[in-house]
Amino acid sequence: MAEVTMKVNGKSVTKSVKGNTLMTEFLRDELRLTGTHVGCDTSQCGACTIHVNGKQVKACTMFAGECDGAEIGTIEGQAAPDGTLNAIQAAFKEYHGLQCGFCTPGMVMAASSLLKDNPKPTEAEVRHHLEGNICRCTGYHNIVRAILAASGQDVPAVAAE
Amino acid sequence: MYSFDLVRPTSMEDAVAALGQEDSQPLSGGQTLIPTLKQRLAMPSTLVSLSAIAELKGVSVDGNTLTIGGGTTHAEVAAEAGAYPGLAALAGQIGDPAVRNRGTIGGSLANNDPSACYPAAALGSGATIVTNTREVAADDYFQGMFATALEENEIVTAVKFPIPEKAAYIKFQQPASRFALVGVFVSKGADGVRVAVTGASNDGVFRWSEAEEALNGNFAADAVEALSAPSGADMISDLHGSGDYRAHLVKVMTKRAVAKANG
Ligand SMILES: Cc1cc2nc3c(=O)[nH]c(=O)nc-3n(C[C@H](O)[C@H](O)[C@H](O)COP(=O)(O)OP(=O)(O)OC[C@H]3O[C@@H](n4cnc5c(N)ncnc54)[C@H](O)[C@@H]3O)c2cc1C
Ligand code: FES
Ligand code: FES
Repeated sequence: MAEVTMKVNGKSVTKSVKGNTLMTEFLRDELRLTGTHVGCDTSQCGACTIHVNGKQVKACTMFAGECDGAEIGTIEGQAAPDGTLNAIQAAFKEYHGLQCGFCTPGMVMAASSLLKDNPKPTEAEVRHHLEGNICRCTGYHNIVRAILAASGQDVPAVAAE
Repeated sequence: MYSFDLVRPTSMEDAVAALGQEDSQPLSGGQTLIPTLKQRLAMPSTLVSLSAIAELKGVSVDGNTLTIGGGTTHAEVAAEAGAYPGLAALAGQIGDPAVRNRGTIGGSLANNDPSACYPAAALGSGATIVTNTREVAADDYFQGMFATALEENEIVTAVKFPIPEKAAYIKFQQPASRFALVGVFVSKGADGVRVAVTGASNDGVFRWSEAEEALNGNFAADAVEALSAPSGADMISDLHGSGDYRAHLVKVMTKRAVAKANG
């Protein structure tokens, strides 16, 4: 066991962790922040996407011990404390960017890191950025539309392919 | 996963000392090693994380040589290796954004997956792999699928790339994993043309010498068109494609890479 200290959604936490504790386990089981989902646990689906020092990573493919001293962002830190959704979350709601919602925390975290680096992405750039995020329900079009809307751009009527 | 200790040294000296312990193994970005540990295909007693060692990170240019620290992530190479655009573009196409924020060049070259992208860049550029004990030319470094010249727990500390006049990488991506079904890296530099192929051979990354010869005479896609594709007999055959299909792709991807390099 080793002690780790990190800031999770702005709050400092210190805990003892085992060497093989994954960030998904640390967030979900230790901190009870269950918004970070585990879709595959094999680094493929992106449902577990979080931010570590502002960069998106797959929480199922990073050890908690490697986050010592880091700033962590999860889906729980996205809305305002009074529950008001941020622009990306509000756009997902408005544009029906979710159905079952399982992939949504990862999609929102991925979208927010895209828009931080590239505030006005093209549709192709949005799709390229979402390569590591799998959705079984929506067929992606409404997710792409929601992200374009959240970036303040006109939303094209993305045609079904 | 089996249980193990995780240590995070901040200097190479401490990392080397920790790796001297029995059953210890380096951990870099973990994008290959963590899935392997989950499948219980490895059983280290200690993982020595390289991620807090500042001297393993960064991209620098000295004259005609681009040097990348072994712990530099794919995203950092994509953003910072502008002096070698063909290499920066390759790094920007590995996996997805989350994989690129963690995965490193040292981890990729140490692992030498037969479908990985960096081995093609290193062999196709005539790069030098620098470790904590020596320097190894790419031509001597790759020794077959998942096999390299590295001794046990030798650490890749940097990779030195001579910057060529022209270069490009084209991969036919396996759409689910985004690894290369076949990827070809072509460069034209001071010592002539190099053509390195990943994803295709049962022996891992290799140089396609017939294409190099033809391109040394005429660096144009047409020069490749005149060649016959390499034999598919020794190529990887799996549910994604037969050996013959991969052999066919080697030729097509080489033509496209030359056209892109001439772009
Ligand atoms: C979804 C997904 C998609 C991917 N797509 C691609 C792709 O398109 N193309 C591609 O090329 N790769 C791809 N990868 C692999 C990715 O690039 C890995 O990051 C890379 O292969 C391993 O680097 P790492 O830093 O994560 O190493 P780790 O997983 O930490 O380590 C891999 C191995 O190398 C050893 N090691 C690590 N660092 C060093 C070092 N400096 N010196 C000596 N030994 C070391 C470790 O002990 C381990 O055996 C993908 C991975 C995932 C999960
Ligand atoms: S749970 Fe992490 S990528 Fe699927
Ligand atoms: S909304 Fe169900 S997986 Fe995406």
